[in-house]
Amino acid sequence: MGSITLEAVTKSFGGVKVIPGVDLEINDGEFVVFVGPSGCGKSTLLRLIAGLEDVTSGRILIDGQDATGMPPARRKLSMVFQSYALYPHMSVYKNIAFPLKMAGMDPAKIKEKVEGAAGILNLTDYLDRRPGQLSGGQRQRVAIGRAIVREPSAFLFDEPLSNLDAALRVNMRLEISELQKSLGTTSIYVTHDQIEAMTMADKIVVLNAGRIEQVGSPLDLYHKPANLFVAGFIGSPKMNLVEGEAARSRGATTMGIRPEHLTLSKTEGEWQGRVGVAEHLGSDTFLHVHVQGIEAPLTTRVPGNVEVSHGDTVFLTPDPARTYLFGPDGQAL
Amino acid sequence: MATLHTRSSARLMLTPSVILLLCWMIVPLAMTLYFSFLRYNLLMPGTEEWIGFLNYQFFVEDPAFWASLINTLLLVGGTLLITVVGGTFLAILLDQPFFGQGIVRLLVIAPFFVMPTVSALVWKNMLMHPVNGLFAWVARAFGAQPVDWLAEVPLLSVTIIVSWAWLPFATLIILTALQSLDQDQKEAAEMDGAGIFSIFWHITLPHLARALTVVVLIETIFLLSVFAEIFVTTNGGPGTESTNLTYLIYMQALLFYDAGAASAGGVIAIILANIVAIFLIRMIGKNLEA
Amino acid sequence: MARTVTTNRKLVFTVIGWAIGLTLFFPILWTFLTSFKTEGEAIATPPSFLFFDWTLENYLTVNDRSDYFRHAINSVVISLGSTALGLLVAIPAAWSMAFTPTKRTKDILMWMLSTKMLPAVGVLVPITLIFRDTGLMDTRTGLVIVLMLMNLPIIVWMLFTYFKEIPGEILEAARMDGATLGKEIIYVLAPMAVPGIASTLLLNIILAWNEAFWTVLLTTNNAAPLTAMIAQYSSPEGLFWSKLSAASMLAIAPILVMGWFSQKQLVRGLTFGAVK
Repeated sequence: MGSITLEAVTKSFGGVKVIPGVDLEINDGEFVVFVGPSGCGKSTLLRLIAGLEDVTSGRILIDGQDATGMPPARRKLSMVFQSYALYPHMSVYKNIAFPLKMAGMDPAKIKEKVEGAAGILNLTDYLDRRPGQLSGGQRQRVAIGRAIVREPSAFLFDEPLSNLDAALRVNMRLEISELQKSLGTTSIYVTHDQIEAMTMADKIVVLNAGRIEQVGSPLDLYHKPANLFVAGFIGSPKMNLVEGEAARSRGATTMGIRPEHLTLSKTEGEWQGRVGVAEHLGSDTFLHVHVQGIEAPLTTRVPGNVEVSHGDTVFLTPDPARTYLFGPDGQAL
Repeated sequence: MATLHTRSSARLMLTPSVILLLCWMIVPLAMTLYFSFLRYNLLMPGTEEWIGFLNYQFFVEDPAFWASLINTLLLVGGTLLITVVGGTFLAILLDQPFFGQGIVRLLVIAPFFVMPTVSALVWKNMLMHPVNGLFAWVARAFGAQPVDWLAEVPLLSVTIIVSWAWLPFATLIILTALQSLDQDQKEAAEMDGAGIFSIFWHITLPHLARALTVVVLIETIFLLSVFAEIFVTTNGGPGTESTNLTYLIYMQALLFYDAGAASAGGVIAIILANIVAIFLIRMIGKNLEA
Repeated sequence: MARTVTTNRKLVFTVIGWAIGLTLFFPILWTFLTSFKTEGEAIATPPSFLFFDWTLENYLTVNDRSDYFRHAINSVVISLGSTALGLLVAIPAAWSMAFTPTKRTKDILMWMLSTKMLPAVGVLVPITLIFRDTGLMDTRTGLVIVLMLMNLPIIVWMLFTYFKEIPGEILEAARMDGATLGKEIIYVLAPMAVPGIASTLLLNIILAWNEAFWTVLLTTNNAAPLTAMIAQYSSPEGLFWSKLSAASMLAIAPILVMGWFSQKQLVRGLTFGAVK
């Protein structure tokens, strides 16, 4: 079991309200990602759930039980930290065994569990090493191993992949997702990387300035962003946001079009522009097109075999069914 | 990063240190300040009376004060010059690869661990002694007249003894700083066409600036209170030729029993030290934020 | 960056390095040699460097003249005592400042540092009077207290810089793993903090052992540590060089060894973490 409920949770540091008030329901077995720019309060929220910080007001329920005043040790949650936070003076074995030892488990049972976890995480050959002798990816696995052995109600991940290089990050992303699916344990995952959020989450919570902007499945957020912030944050490359005449003619203050929803033509279209930088990824090409009257260059995504070069004149047309319209308050219309 | 509970216990753990240091600082300081305005002779208890700034006047008008002040500055300045220049040179030397580098490093830093009274006595007797000392023997071997170091050039002798003890300190700190210099920077400079000397001048020296400042400030704090070396070798003499401010105050207090004048001198010494301390504390404070 | 260094260049530096190293070390070496000579050989001209009748007599008789062992014990008690007491007070303080810093933490640290900048001689008169009136004069207790207070800022600072390097996340991880405060300290914090505490201990024993202002001025005989005892050799009747050398070697040898082991920590401790 592992459902977590936040009821009107607030947090202030000194006089500053970092979390002005959050209500959230996390269901058993769900993979929830908190995503937002740095300083949006996502890590603070996670630490409140972990019990590493006191809430200023509000309640936190774990499995229906009030855990607001409980010390972290009694909340039955495991956490994987950004820096991995492995105990440098202990072997891999002892690191993974530590929470079990703290729980007073019988040594034979501990051995069985640690070896089980090590098997799942490909750490069997490294059990005698110290964390200092491991690579970044291996350390990450040890941290995960330490989190899973005690079979917690939920895993908490605090930007666990941000210290890894890009290729490893993609691998670990898959591994964590797969592990979570097979264990079926509720997970809360904090990241600033919207790609991680999109690829891993069952449910994404977009945070900005301590407030929840939108909660939904990855595709919900992609297709139906509730406001400008979510629209700009979810999706890669970023959604083009156009103000002025083009938006006004559609009855909105701001119009959003994703790069994949702009049609490129060399002969005709709604906007005429000049090609700036072209980023060739092979499968696709991202073109940055400078259009008269629109401040930022429009990004469009075209197949990799389209041949255009710097300085060419091109025409762009938005897909009318895939435009997003936002009112003066930034909310979706 | 903590909950309320840990925060209040943290405050409790800090209290003993703060209270102890507060007492250690305020009580004697207040007493010194108070005594400095009294006629106060330790041999004539009960005759204390308020005399305002007379102790300061007495202290400042005493020619020994000015002599000791100049001696203090010469001693500090001379030692700084020797240790900083010598230390930079030694640090660069020790930074080069050579056979037995580690052992030489140990030899160089050893003098810092010799207690001041021992180093003073060893230098005074076995090295600087005008008849049986090693220097005298060397001088005679070259057909020169041996120098009676402590009688003829007492302040220089004390400076040499003190420098010997502090040279390792400067060397060690500059060496540490030198080794933290980013190799990429040097290589970038080489790529930009800089030679050995311009690398030293434009890259190494600015990098060492901080360490050098720290050496100068910390040594100054310690050197202002050089005592045992003088106490053991020259007793401040001949006359006042090797008396520094610390030694002068010691004489006023414990040889002449003039607690009032000694306290006035103490206040002056504190003010002098504080001028240096302010700069040092600022520097360290900046470092704390980084 | 591995660049080949020509052997010639290396040889040149070897010669220069050793020449300078031995020159600087010479006074200690000379003391060492003299401590094995007879009094006659010690003052002989020309001096003999290695070819003399090596004798252990000075070490054997060092205790007769000056009650050496009592002073050595005083040194041990005073330096260990003041350091241990200092650590006892400083560990909680440094701990709390490193792990639960507040807005005033920096000010407190700076203020502590400033007390270290106070020249000892500035408080000579009051400390002497307090000692005289409380019967602390020439007692080991008195010196333990004074040296503890004198070095407390350095101890707090050193520990603070070491504790600061222990990532808070690790302690939080232990908390998440179900460790109580006691277990957190025993299993996680102590093993990580002990090296720093040991370095601090070492450096402060060295500083206290060599302290030669208060130890000389606040003792006469009973509580006099080695610094003060050696200072008594400065009187003309103390001109027994080989005995002085033997006593000196015994006084500096243990500290020299400790010092060699704590080079790195020395830099850090004495610069208050400004140079690492």
